[in-house]
Amino acid sequence: MIAALLIGLVRLLTGARMRWQGTGPELRQRIYFANHSSNLDALVIWAALPSAIRKQTRPIAAKDYWSSGLRAYLANEVLHALLIERKKVTASDNPLEQMEAALANGSSLILFPEGTRNAGPEPHAFKGGLFHLARKLPQLELVPVYLENLNRVLPKGEVLPVPMLGSITVGAPISLGAEEAKADFLERARLAVWNLRLT
Amino acid sequence: MNLKLDQETIWLVGGVIALLIISSMIGWMLARGNGGESKTIANLNDRIRAWWGMVAVFCVALATGGLGSVILFGVLSFLALRETITLTPSRPGDHRTLFWSFFIITPLQYLLVAIDWYGLFTILIPVYAFLFIPLRSVLSGDCEKFLERTAKIQWALMICVYCVSHAPALLTLNIPGYEGQNGKLLFYFILVVQLSDVMQYVWGKTTGKRKIAPLVSPNKTWEGFIGGVATTSLIGAGLWWATPFTPWQSAGMAFLICLLGFAGGLVMSAIKRDCGVKDWGHLIEGHGGVMDRIDSICFAAPVFFHVTRYYFTP
Repeated sequence: MIAALLIGLVRLLTGARMRWQGTGPELRQRIYFANHSSNLDALVIWAALPSAIRKQTRPIAAKDYWSSGLRAYLANEVLHALLIERKKVTASDNPLEQMEAALANGSSLILFPEGTRNAGPEPHAFKGGLFHLARKLPQLELVPVYLENLNRVLPKGEVLPVPMLGSITVGAPISLGAEEAKADFLERARLAVWNLRLT
Repeated sequence: MNLKLDQETIWLVGGVIALLIISSMIGWMLARGNGGESKTIANLNDRIRAWWGMVAVFCVALATGGLGSVILFGVLSFLALRETITLTPSRPGDHRTLFWSFFIITPLQYLLVAIDWYGLFTILIPVYAFLFIPLRSVLSGDCEKFLERTAKIQWALMICVYCVSHAPALLTLNIPGYEGQNGKLLFYFILVVQLSDVMQYVWGKTTGKRKIAPLVSPNKTWEGFIGGVATTSLIGAGLWWATPFTPWQSAGMAFLICLLGFAGGLVMSAIKRDCGVKDWGHLIEGHGGVMDRIDSICFAAPVFFHVTRYYFTP
């Protein structure tokens, strides 16, 4: 009920539909990785997925933003988000271990490898988590997703959203090469997202 | 705004449904004739299918009496504004101004239609929103391209909200001898505006050669324009029984609506071209965005409203 309302609200605000360019909507375990420009990003991708896929997909979100009041309720009860610590990472709340545990349970993940929101259109350098997950779980499909125009819906520092049509483009899955270095792979992943703007 | 369902309304709705059935059959025969290869025919069938949906929504809104139509056009304004603002670059300093435009000014304009407060309805956006928008933007402290940004938001509100709101405002006119029948006037207006687009499309596709404005809208031809306007004016004349007009007046009104609808389509094409897109969005299969479908209403509604108000109300 709340989920349906939330999905309706996201559609009203962004009109965003998924454009499956490089792959189709399939029920296999995946990591969707996308550029990050707005606090709504995780919600928008989640809302645009077909419902069967949505049910087994967990967005990864920042604990500092999503852990109070209404946001906490939405993150835990509706989105089933995996809340990770960004600032004071200790052995007990290592984000990578949390993600591996969620993947071991069969969930797919929505990940923003830039780590923080970015005001410009081009994604910044990716953090290493995607590489470590790709190395540990080579059978996973790593699917690049490019979000366009969503930073105008809810720019940094604003509380109230404004309606604005955005688009979500899904590209062909990538995988880690046998001898590929970490920096090379992360840059290739970043370009896989950024190049989707041209399709 | 209490509307009656009378024999004439049933004739109008029945006529449109008959037209759609004929169009669907022609579309089906064309598609079968060429084995589904022509893009134009596929697009034509998408358009006809979408027409069924749009007619259904419009009739349901009309059947609820006045309020349903006001809400329907309010939603259309909201969606058109969303498309327009998406295409016009804005800066973070415009965010709060845009929030006001979408969630305060737009609903307020339609509230004024619903409660029939004509005096404020005609000046809310041209006067008060006009002054409020730059004020709200300047408070954010961003002067970069200030005049341009302000003008774009004001234009978007005028076109998408102010102009479109004149269509449901037809329901508020007090025309002697036509009390409770304004639903038919709104139906007549929308029918003529949309038929004009359809007829210009049909004449243009079948006989069009000489382009009117090749740089703005390459699909608009003189043959399409003249054929479309003439046919629609004739049909408009033939619908006089649903309006407060005589047959001649009805022909003149339809002619006026056609000309303004054409003007609206042309101006909106120029804006699309300026923004570098072909369609405003992708909400309606085969047509593009909401704005692609209502661009002719934007220009025709205020003028038709005022001409009717000036000559036919006391």
